[in-house]
Amino acid sequence: MSVKLNRRDVAAALLADRGTLLVIAGLGSTAWDCTAAGDHPLTFPLWGAMGQAAMMGLGLALAQPERRVLVITGDGEMLMGLGSLATIGVQKPENLSVVVIDNERYGETGMQQTHTAHGVDLAAVARACGFTHAETVTATQGLAPLRRAIHERPGPNFAAVKVAAEKIPLVLPPRDGALLKARFRRALLGEAADQQ
Amino acid sequence: MTLDWPLEIHRVLSQAHVRLVGYVPDAGHKRLIELCHADHAMRAVTLTTEEDGIGLATGGWLAGERSVLLMQSSGVGNIINALGTVRECRIPLPMIVTMRGEHGEFNPWQVPMGQATPAVLEAMGVVVHPVREADQLGAAVDAALRLAFNSYAAVAVLLSQRIIGIKSFQEQAGQ
Repeated sequence: MSVKLNRRDVAAALLADRGTLLVIAGLGSTAWDCTAAGDHPLTFPLWGAMGQAAMMGLGLALAQPERRVLVITGDGEMLMGLGSLATIGVQKPENLSVVVIDNERYGETGMQQTHTAHGVDLAAVARACGFTHAETVTATQGLAPLRRAIHERPGPNFAAVKVAAEKIPLVLPPRDGALLKARFRRALLGEAADQQ
Repeated sequence: MTLDWPLEIHRVLSQAHVRLVGYVPDAGHKRLIELCHADHAMRAVTLTTEEDGIGLATGGWLAGERSVLLMQSSGVGNIINALGTVRECRIPLPMIVTMRGEHGEFNPWQVPMGQATPAVLEAMGVVVHPVREADQLGAAVDAALRLAFNSYAAVAVLLSQRIIGIKSFQEQAGQ
């Protein structure tokens, strides 16, 4: 087997020069990966709500059609909300990309294997659900084109990025949900957000 | 004379600038769902599970949009953990729940969740407004929207089976 990608490198590459990108970071390791790439008010990191990351991305994408929206989540988190891929496929938001950082493990609970370790192909699921583009990325060369797609390509876009199953240090975002919500809304909507 | 309560609820939603309508269909919500789909100022989103409506509403609110979630009482069982996120993040979440397992239910499998619905919602910190009369629905939904959006709260209007008035499988299938 070839050398697997490192999840922190993947998150850093996809979030480089993020500009006005809006980001939902799914529960667990992907939230820590996005924080390691740089805590940002326009990233909403999840400490709960397993299975809801992609739907939160859809809510953002429908409410802000002029902005690009990225959901970065894990394979376990995505598997809990597979129905959301069908809903996104039907709604077809052009500005939404869902990227699964796929280590084939439940990383926070003892590295138990997920279904993707047994052949479940999330990109194929997304394609079957009506995503405009769906791919599996296994090499560094795939990351720059994926980053461009997140910013430019009409979607909905989906990518499963296969990464090594390794335990790496925690890099934690703020925990207070109300704070994370308020800072996101202020950064996106300005002070007016507080008067809504 | 029958009051056109779905039209009244739609009017109240529209007046409150609700733009995102997540739903899992229910016979009792049939006409309201149709009205929301026909309204070009609203985006009605069919969900595969009620829980997804909480993600949708959360994302919408992060981006400045007002949502409502429509479901049947059985769906309340599917949203419990997601309600924790709403509470922790103080996301405004109005829900309109058509009750089953309650007034003259014909399906015994609906009774356990229907009977547990108010207690389950309250246990998760949701403000519960039961409504048993059609002519009180508009005002109840209006109050629920105000409470939700002005106080960043989760509020559920429980629409009694008495108002919906479906008494048999045959009647529901014929809708």
